[in-house]
Amino acid sequence: MSDFTNDHMMLVILAAAAATYLTRIAGYLLLTVVSDIPPRAEAALNAIPPAVLTTLVAPAFYAGGIEAKIAIAAALAAGLRFSSPLPMIGVGWSVVMILRYFVIPS
Amino acid sequence: MTKNAEMINGAQAGLVPALSAAPFGALFGAVAISHGQSVFEAVMMSITIFAGASQLVGIELFGQRVAPWLIVLSVVAVNFRHVLYSAALTPVLAHFSLPRKMIAFFFMTDPQFAESLKRHEAGTPVTFAWYMGAAITIYGLWNVMTLIGALLGGFIQDPRALGLDVLLPIYFLSLVMGFRSRPNYLSIVAVSALASVLAYATVGSPWHVSCGALAGIALAAILPPKKATDTVSEVSSS
Repeated sequence: MSDFTNDHMMLVILAAAAATYLTRIAGYLLLTVVSDIPPRAEAALNAIPPAVLTTLVAPAFYAGGIEAKIAIAAALAAGLRFSSPLPMIGVGWSVVMILRYFVIPS
Repeated sequence: MTKNAEMINGAQAGLVPALSAAPFGALFGAVAISHGQSVFEAVMMSITIFAGASQLVGIELFGQRVAPWLIVLSVVAVNFRHVLYSAALTPVLAHFSLPRKMIAFFFMTDPQFAESLKRHEAGTPVTFAWYMGAAITIYGLWNVMTLIGALLGGFIQDPRALGLDVLLPIYFLSLVMGFRSRPNYLSIVAVSALASVLAYATVGSPWHVSCGALAGIALAAILPPKKATDTVSEVSSS
């Protein structure tokens, strides 16, 4: 894939913005057309966000250095306890910084 | 209540969520710059898309040189919950004129949805003035914080030295964990994780996104359907 020029970047942003707006009115529009969704289709639709987001976490864990792996694992543990993003980010970030500067200096 | 009082009331309802989203606005701005976007592009993303998680996904994929259509598709995937929200808000906003509905839906975010539904269920009418008071507070602060983050991000020489490289995966992990009450959650996440790592190690980036996601979605369709948990409770508890 070649590098994006600025024009392309702007076009992708605007396309993503238009698509996002469509998701925001889609429920309103659909409500006037469809009344019920088959259960398996609904299960597939429900699975889309966690499935997509997982693909942005797992390879980063796999490809990251040992300090990134430990930080992500620590954030996971924090998430089980606090279930909100900020403590997870705080714990993960602190762990990676401590490891990088004090434990495994490169 | 007068229109002004309604608007101020709405602004107050929007203030706490606006402040709690503020660090993510700054994070988005800074990460966008460190992934090669200009300040203008970063701010344009916040102004036009106005959906934090999907904006960060977009930035991550821009950095990986993923095909444009796949970026748009991934942004839609993360924003898919909006479809459910707008369906749930339709009766709440039924008294708005059509142009006002179309404006209101542009500003619909997780907290906007949750606050509106809460007000409606408490028996207080959700007026356009109240709705926009909350919306403009959240929207305004989000864009200001993006600008601040983007301007500060320009000073960052080495994102790794500041630990910025682990922030995105951890943020996405927190979003993944936010869905844990959904049916078959663990099996879907496990299959997506495995498939995405396999694709990453064999076919290579960017295919790990679509391969991993499709594996999880396919599994969800194959497994015996269960009753989904209420989306509303999932939102208000987050």
